[in-house]
Amino acid sequence: MTAFLIRRIAGAFGVVAGVAVVVFIILHLTGDPAAAMMPLESTQAEIAAFRHAQGFDRPLWVQFASFAWNLLHGNFGLSLRHGEPALGLALERVPASAELAVTALVLAVVVAVPAGTVAAVKRNSALDVAARLLALVGQSTPVYWLGIMLILIFGVQLGWFPVSGTGGWQHLVLPAITLAMFTMARIMRLTRGSMLDVLQSDYLRTAVAKGVGSFRLIWHHALRNAWLPIVTAIGIELGTLLSQAIITETIFSWPGIGRLAYQAILDRDYPVVEAVVILGAVSFVVINLVVDLAYAALDPRIRYE
Amino acid sequence: MIAAAELPAPAADAVPGRRRFIALLATPATLAGGLIVALVVICALFAPWLAPHDPNAQNLAEAAKPPAWLGGSTAYLLGTDHLGRDILSRTIWGARVAAIVGFSVVLIGCSIGVSLGMIAGYVGGLLDDLIARVADVQLAFPFILLAIAVVGVLGPSLWTVILTLGVTSWVQYVRIVRAETLSLRDRDFVQAAIAGGASRARILMRHILPNIASPITVLATFEVARTVILESALSYLGLGVPATVPTWGTMLADGRQYLDTAWWMGTFPGLAVSLTVLGINLFGDGLRDALDPRSR
Repeated sequence: MTAFLIRRIAGAFGVVAGVAVVVFIILHLTGDPAAAMMPLESTQAEIAAFRHAQGFDRPLWVQFASFAWNLLHGNFGLSLRHGEPALGLALERVPASAELAVTALVLAVVVAVPAGTVAAVKRNSALDVAARLLALVGQSTPVYWLGIMLILIFGVQLGWFPVSGTGGWQHLVLPAITLAMFTMARIMRLTRGSMLDVLQSDYLRTAVAKGVGSFRLIWHHALRNAWLPIVTAIGIELGTLLSQAIITETIFSWPGIGRLAYQAILDRDYPVVEAVVILGAVSFVVINLVVDLAYAALDPRIRYE
Repeated sequence: MIAAAELPAPAADAVPGRRRFIALLATPATLAGGLIVALVVICALFAPWLAPHDPNAQNLAEAAKPPAWLGGSTAYLLGTDHLGRDILSRTIWGARVAAIVGFSVVLIGCSIGVSLGMIAGYVGGLLDDLIARVADVQLAFPFILLAIAVVGVLGPSLWTVILTLGVTSWVQYVRIVRAETLSLRDRDFVQAAIAGGASRARILMRHILPNIASPITVLATFEVARTVILESALSYLGLGVPATVPTWGTMLADGRQYLDTAWWMGTFPGLAVSLTVLGINLFGDGLRDALDPRSR
């Protein structure tokens, strides 16, 4: 177990380092970063001065060494727009994003797992068809369009919920539903498929033969065995959620890290972009490590060596 | 002997053949999906002839007209936008960008992913490890952020969008292709080909690839759907194709600002994206069931 942990953590560091290298390459090899960061109307002299001040006129390997060195110290430089440390700006936005993402994920799981289970148990019934249709529509609806439609119907027409910013729980409703929909559809399909497999297994037939009640049979015996692929999917879906959060936060003016990233890219505020991307990669890697460990807890057959 | 070894690899269940495959494909859901996809492709191919108006022709006197059945004019069936451009024509033209981007991106991603996947699975060893690590990095990179960053640096253009989405969409293929290749590598027909002196490239192209074509086709279908969503998301954020080209994403972004006065501006292009993706997904589900009966 310890050896496994060490290996996985080393691997996680490797992944984050890889992401850092990619960020460096994108920002430094795809053109002149000084020209990209400066306002379009800047003069050549201004760009040259900025290039020198930021150290972009040094040899590439020196720049990379200093980038890596600063990264190890959590130093992403100052935001070009706000003049504050980029990492601090990004970290400030994490709670709002986490609030939205966790709410969406909980919402998705709470709806999708029971719905998928019922659909599998009552296969080909009206309920099953309805659940599958909902999943199909959920997977086909682009997150931004769903957001806009929810704003149109529940914000503009009915006026039930506020359509932007943060505040009470009411502010959370529309963005959370928007963000949850795609993940909900995915988990529902997966739960249904996974449950169908389990329901046909021998040990479940045995449990039926033994006279285990149907409620207990499904929610205890079957679902516990169907969990594994579902948990894997939830781990992967969190990555999708991070990506979709950028769009959702932009639509609903939610003050999270996704909106910060979008704004930073429009402002050409590259230190902030770097900080957000690395932070995103770190959280993705950590979440997946936790998911791996959760397997062992859920399935005693899995032992890491 | 060599001739025997060079026989095409046996398909898993080639016996009932094409007729059974078509029968499996002919479910109402798959047909509906195929029909939607066909409609989109037709719009993409024949947009200049199908669209009743020039998609970029502005006519401020006719701005923000509602759809025909809500008191608008029959000249603009789905209404007009804030600049008086015909929504129907722009939606038809939008299919063109969606189709171009969808197919090119999948072609690029699929080529990279399948090549890397076969190498990883067949050659194994250090190369396999290396490819797996690169895939991990790709997965840990919030995709949209990568796309936004690249487009932000390179500037929005059709080719930037295609290239960015293309080179970032290979991971899914690698996973599947690697696993399938691994399971085929030790099968008798591959061993026979090796014994017959076939080169590595020949084995991969002639013996492995035909046998993994089904899962790749299914995945590629779903990837087209994913790409259509991503492309319109980038356009929506103003980072996709330049605004002079009508796309569903930019139409939605325009419509976002007029939700309370002209809801049709954002609703129809959004419906177009949803329907397209729904159609591809329905078709992909049917294709998967027909090609791989186990997965049902």
